[in-house]
Amino acid sequence: MKKLLMHRAAKPVLFTVCLLPFAWLLYAAAADQLGANPAEALIRSLGDWTLRFLCAVLAVTPLRVLTGTPALARFRRMLGLFVAFYALAHLLSYAAFDMGFDAGDIAKDIAKRPFILVGSFAGLLLALMAATSFNRAIKALGAVRWRWLHRSVYAVAGLAILHFYWMRAGKHNFAEVAVYGAILAALLGWRVWEALRKRQAARAPRRHARAPIRGNTTKNIATSA
Amino acid sequence: LPGVASKVPGAVTMEKATSYEDATSYNNFYEFGTDKSDPARNASTLKIDPWSVSVEGLVKKPGKFSLDELLKLSAQEDRIYRLRCVEGWSMVIPWVGYSLAELIKRVEPLGGAKYVEFVTLADKVTMPGVNSRVLDWPYAEGLRLDEAMHPLTLLTFGMYGEVLPKQNGAPVRIVVPWKYGFKSAKSIVKIRFTDKEPATAWNKAAAQEYGFYSNVNPEVDHPRWSQATERRIGEGGLFAKRRKTLMFNGYEAQVGQLYAGMDLKKNF
Repeated sequence: MKKLLMHRAAKPVLFTVCLLPFAWLLYAAAADQLGANPAEALIRSLGDWTLRFLCAVLAVTPLRVLTGTPALARFRRMLGLFVAFYALAHLLSYAAFDMGFDAGDIAKDIAKRPFILVGSFAGLLLALMAATSFNRAIKALGAVRWRWLHRSVYAVAGLAILHFYWMRAGKHNFAEVAVYGAILAALLGWRVWEALRKRQAARAPRRHARAPIRGNTTKNIATSA
Repeated sequence: LPGVASKVPGAVTMEKATSYEDATSYNNFYEFGTDKSDPARNASTLKIDPWSVSVEGLVKKPGKFSLDELLKLSAQEDRIYRLRCVEGWSMVIPWVGYSLAELIKRVEPLGGAKYVEFVTLADKVTMPGVNSRVLDWPYAEGLRLDEAMHPLTLLTFGMYGEVLPKQNGAPVRIVVPWKYGFKSAKSIVKIRFTDKEPATAWNKAAAQEYGFYSNVNPEVDHPRWSQATERRIGEGGLFAKRRKTLMFNGYEAQVGQLYAGMDLKKNF
C-alpha cells in the first residue's frame, strides 16, 4: 500500500482521476447531454463535486492518523486545489449561465438570495488558499499566519453546508444535505476530539511532575504527539 | 387522445412547444421523488386503471365519476399553454382536456360554495416519494370558485395528442396556466367544494413562501429569489438568455379581472 502511494505515478494518476468529473461535464455540455435544463445541471453538478472534494480533502488527515499511513499527506495539497478548482468553476458557471455575467443582476441576486453570498464567501476563502498553496507562500507569509489562513477550510466546510442547506430549503429537500452534513461533521468532529485528547495528554505530565513518576508516562507522550 | 381546436380566448399560444422529451423528463412530482428526473424514472408503478374522481362537499349532485365518464363528459380540446414553475423555468405544452367549468356546472355548486379543493393520490405502495416527509400527504391544492370556473382552467387528460404520461399527472390533472405550476394538481382523486379557503400542500409547508393564490407575477418575488425572469426549457441550450416573466404568465387579458382591486403583494 505504502509503495503504491509513494509511486512516481501516484500523483499524476490522482490528478487525472480528479479531472474526470470536469471532463465529463465539459463533454456532456458540448454534446447536449445535460438534460432539459443544461445550465442548472452544470451549475449543480459542479457544486456537488465541490462538496465531494471538500469531504475528500478533509478526510486525508483522519485517514492518515487512523490507518497510520503518513504517505497520504502527499495528496492533500492537490485535493485542496481541486476543491478550489471546482468551487470556482461552480461560481463562474453561475455567473455566466444563470446571470449572463451581468454585474447588476448578480448584485441583485445576492441581495435576494443570501445563500449565494455565503457560497461566494466560501469561494473567496478557497481562492485565497489556492493562491497561497505553494511552498514559497508559506515562507512569505510565515508558517503561523499561513496555517491560520489555511485553517479557514474548516469555515469553508460550514459555509458550504449552510449554502447547500439554504438552497434546498426552498423545496424542503434535505436528504442529501443531511448526508454531506453528517460526513463533514464527522470529519471536523474527529479533529475536535483529537485536539481535546492531545490537550489532556499534554496536561498529564505536569500533574505527574509534582507527584512521583509512575509507570511509563514519557512513552505515552511520545506516541500521542 | 384526439381533441378539437379550442375556441376559448387565449387557449392556444403560438409559441414553439417544448419538446416532448423535455416535458416528460424534467418534472416536479414529489410523490415519485424530489429530483426532477425521478418522476420519469419511478412513475411507471402508478396504477391508473381503474380510476375515479369523487366530487364532494357543497354541491347539489355529489358523486363518484369513473375516468371513462369524465373523458366523455365534454368534448376534448387542444390547448397550448405556457407553464411557469415557481423555481424560475418555463415550458410551452400542448394539453388535451376541457374546461373544468363543464364538470362544475354538472355537479351544481350550492350557494355557500366559495372554493374548490383538489386532493391527489397518495399511495405508499406505488409512489415511493410518499414515504418521505417532504410534504404533508396527500398533496392538496385549491382555487377560488371563480378561478376554477374560468374557461382557461383545464381538466386535463392528455398532452401532445396522447393520454397523459404518468410522470405528468395521469390519468387526470388540473392545469391553471396563469399560476405557478405547483397549483396544478396531478393525478387527482377528489374534488371538494367548500366555504373556506382550503389548506394547500406548499402553503402548509412554508406559508410565507407559497401563498394560496400563487399567481405568476414578476413584481412579487419569492422571499428568497427573484421572479422577474425565467429560463425557457429547450431554448438555446447553455447560453440562452433568460426571458422576462409576464404578469399572470401572459394571461392578464383573460384573468386580470378576477383580481381587480386585490393587493397582489399581500395575496401572493
